[in-house]
Amino acid sequence: MTSTLPDLDIAELASREYQYGFASDIDTDLAPKGLSEEVIRLISQKKEEPNWLLQWRLSAYRHWLAMSEPTWQNVHYGPVDYADIIYYAAPKSKKKGPSSLDEVDPEVRAMFDKLGISLAEQERLSGVAVDAVVDSVSVVTTFQRKLAEAGVIFCSFSEAVRTHPDLVRPYLGSVVPYRDNFFATLNSAVFSDGSFCYVPKGVRCPMELSTYFRINAAGTGQFERTLIVAEEGATVSYLEGCTAPRRDDNQLHAAVVELVALEGASIKYSTVQNWYPGDAQGRGGIYNFVTKRGRCAGAGSKISWTQVETGSAITWKYPGVVLQGEGSVGEFYSVALSANHQQADTGTKMVHIGKGTKSTIVSKAISAGHGQNTYRGLVKMLRSAEGARNHTRCDSLLIGPQCGAHTFPYIEVKHPSAQAEHEATTSKVSEDQLFYCRQRGISEEEATSMIVNGFCREVFRELPMEFAVEAQRLLSVSLEGTVG
Amino acid sequence: MLAVQNLHAGISGKEILRGLSMDVQAGQVHAVMGPNGSGKSTLAHVLAGRGPYEVTGGQALFDGADLLGMAPEERAAAGLFLAFQHPVEIPGVANMYFLRTALNSLRHQRGQSEVSPGEFLRQLEDKVSQVGLDRTLLQRSVNEGFSGGEKKRNEVLQMALFEPRLAILDETDSGLDIDALRVVADGVEALRGPQRAFVIITHHQRLLEYVRPDRVHVLSGGRIVRSAGPELASELEANGYGEARTGRSTDELARAGASR
Repeated sequence: MTSTLPDLDIAELASREYQYGFASDIDTDLAPKGLSEEVIRLISQKKEEPNWLLQWRLSAYRHWLAMSEPTWQNVHYGPVDYADIIYYAAPKSKKKGPSSLDEVDPEVRAMFDKLGISLAEQERLSGVAVDAVVDSVSVVTTFQRKLAEAGVIFCSFSEAVRTHPDLVRPYLGSVVPYRDNFFATLNSAVFSDGSFCYVPKGVRCPMELSTYFRINAAGTGQFERTLIVAEEGATVSYLEGCTAPRRDDNQLHAAVVELVALEGASIKYSTVQNWYPGDAQGRGGIYNFVTKRGRCAGAGSKISWTQVETGSAITWKYPGVVLQGEGSVGEFYSVALSANHQQADTGTKMVHIGKGTKSTIVSKAISAGHGQNTYRGLVKMLRSAEGARNHTRCDSLLIGPQCGAHTFPYIEVKHPSAQAEHEATTSKVSEDQLFYCRQRGISEEEATSMIVNGFCREVFRELPMEFAVEAQRLLSVSLEGTVG
Repeated sequence: MLAVQNLHAGISGKEILRGLSMDVQAGQVHAVMGPNGSGKSTLAHVLAGRGPYEVTGGQALFDGADLLGMAPEERAAAGLFLAFQHPVEIPGVANMYFLRTALNSLRHQRGQSEVSPGEFLRQLEDKVSQVGLDRTLLQRSVNEGFSGGEKKRNEVLQMALFEPRLAILDETDSGLDIDALRVVADGVEALRGPQRAFVIITHHQRLLEYVRPDRVHVLSGGRIVRSAGPELASELEANGYGEARTGRSTDELARAGASR
């Protein structure tokens, strides 16, 4: 049998709107609006952080004050008032740091149930460990005990700082330094929570790990930070999902993800990003400015990014891999959809340092409605990267006459034996294809969805099966109303 | 079953069908022949509901219902099938997945339940053997990289699987070798029965040596200029379309096309 994905549910296709747009009434602890050293001290204090981390935050903040927002990206949006954002929002917990699901606020649990992520069920049935992050904090992490038996540490970032400072401190900022860029630096100053994962030498993580990010409170920003370390020969697959309520103002999400793979280690990081994209007129939606980078530190290590980006008003992210170890491998598989008035400027950076390093880039960009989609990718092969290879395939699909697709590949090759290949195509969902499907009885909407899913197949097959189905469904829902 | 009356249709403001009428009864096979540019493919596409074509007059009834008022997928659900002259490629969509989606869409529109994957495979297996399609083509993307003959076999496979009440074959025989031509003919013969009808649009009478039509029509200048029994096909082969239309055999262009 072929790896055909299950049929799309037509009834689900009929549910028109962004279905995660509800807001939950959760008692929330908020920091005062705006950013100052006091606010940073408050965040650090609330999290009972050691002094070294507070100092690190403050260094980032001072550096950030001298930085300006980047303007090179191909997206347009009104000015962000950084003084008008609440940098810390946490659901109030009856008890501090719930150790089991029973201790989680029932409202929070109800919210996750409504999102289709029943934390209890995840624990019982699916065998996927979930770290649930609401606004600025992690509310619960499932399966910790079972993971601990295998030696895997999977917990919220705050908890890791308290319980495993020796593992956090050497790696924090080692891939994305606090001076990296405007948004990463802002994150370094104010990051509140996120996930931490450590897989020790030789361990194959016994289950999929995932973090579910939810922005709930109004007027807040979400600044989470995730760090994954895989020691020699370790293997881990990690997935993140994101949603937010429907609101007319824009909310800022500026996350940082750092991955470190030592010799022979393998990290697979998948994202299904479905932040609120704004309405059909382009009002509201999340500004998603994210810095994700992995470092293949050891020989023969591998880092693979797979992303399905269907949400956010603006997406700005370039998950990259620094290929240091000899023969290390970096991969980037991406589907980015821009419908309505969404704008995406996304791609990857592959920096080849070690000998015989390899990278593969497959980018599928879909533009519909007034959507604008930009692929921006850097393939850099240093003088030391003898025999390095890259293959890039960059396809754009246009639906309707008012959208746009743009491609900006940057290739720098410094070693004569290194090779970089770049292929790019732009196509439309053709009238021929639609008519052919319709003549066979398939509705125009379903046909479009099928054609788009076919276009994305190379990327979807990189996702864990249940998430591939989820991604397919999301894409169909996001495409509704873009046809005809 | 199909009653077309005084149909006028065209594309981009240019009229191509100029008052076409034809009547197809259940159980019949009709052949529509004519030179290039006579409107054969336009007829096929207008009956199937292709967007860019505009109907400017006349009507077409399918089992008494207004065919021209239906969306293409509704026409398909009503039992109309078009075998394409140029089957379309859909990259990344596995042929088998496409076939099952289409079959279930048809059933869904008809208020029938979906076929189970097992039942679907069984049905498909039968039809694949019947049309002699290379099985690896089921796993490949729809029509992508198929040879001309494979694409036509894939059309016949779909016809066999969907079991339409009215199948329109738009020059399905063009460019086929003798084996592939037999596959098309056998596909028609296998489905042929008192409940079904076929409209075979063709440029030459080769296919009609294998599928004996009940009626043969000559299309010229956007209307049917002559209709008769199967003997008309042989006559056209011998004398060309000029003869059929005007009583003179001087239409060299048409003749060149007809005997290609």
